[in-house]
Amino acid sequence: MRWIFVDRFVTLEKGRYAKAVKNVSMGEEHLHDHFPSYPVMPNSLIIEALAQTGGLLAGHSTDFREKVILAKIERAEFFRMVTPGDQMVLEVRIVENREEGCKVIGEVSVNGTRVASATLMFVNLSSNQAKGWKAENFVFTKEFLALLGVTRLNGSWQVNGLKESREGKPAL
Amino acid sequence: MVDKDEIFGKVKECLAEALGVEEDDVKLDASLTGDLGAESIDFLDIVFRLEKTFNIKIPRGDLFPENILASPEFVKDGKLTPQGVEELKRRMPHADLTGFEKSPNVAELPNLFTVNMIVKYVEQKVKSPSASK
Repeated sequence: MRWIFVDRFVTLEKGRYAKAVKNVSMGEEHLHDHFPSYPVMPNSLIIEALAQTGGLLAGHSTDFREKVILAKIERAEFFRMVTPGDQMVLEVRIVENREEGCKVIGEVSVNGTRVASATLMFVNLSSNQAKGWKAENFVFTKEFLALLGVTRLNGSWQVNGLKESREGKPAL
Repeated sequence: MVDKDEIFGKVKECLAEALGVEEDDVKLDASLTGDLGAESIDFLDIVFRLEKTFNIKIPRGDLFPENILASPEFVKDGKLTPQGVEELKRRMPHADLTGFEKSPNVAELPNLFTVNMIVKYVEQKVKSPSASK
């Protein structure tokens, strides 16, 4: 089972913006070693959480036909540490989009305070030299999608229980 | 009317940011992969930045042709066939193929992607935006 670093999607504007949350918990074993007596969410995993949020937004924009993978981390900044008990709010916005891939800006906050920011680039494997890759989508497996409440209803993909447009003061 | 120096200046900026190199290293005859350390993923980033900076549309495969080597009639024993070279000229009219033609080794194909090639492409695009290639 893959590491899933998103707990729930809150908002999804197809092809444009998404907001999701991830709760940081002492139940996550990697925190016991990072660091012993001082659990801190590793920055690389904060990026992973943003990448999963952004990747799902990107995948949803093409109805999960593409195998979307993270290809480049252009910029990543970390402002505050994230610790168990925090709920990370992950916001992503697609700023460039082409058939070959897209660029996403992501912001992470905890209780309204900015903790991290990154610019990520994704590529669509299926449409780029997909020789040798399996035909079925190994990125957006049924498992992964089901866990995030993504289902197919009446011919279109839906993410359950979420708002389709932003409210309040989103970072993006 | 935008002149070549201005275009070169902005292309330098785009490449420096995309590839994480100093602007001074981005010389006209520098090859993206050989001299500037570009990888295939960087080509997409470069396209994003060029489109945004110059407000042009770069159709897929226009600047960086894909699958040149797909057909067997174009490649033989690690070299491009005469048909292969013709196809390459057709697909990359803004590249300088004179050196490459003498010894068209497939392995040396990436060296054709130079900064000058990009500058020439952008120049032509800025003059006539609707033309492809």
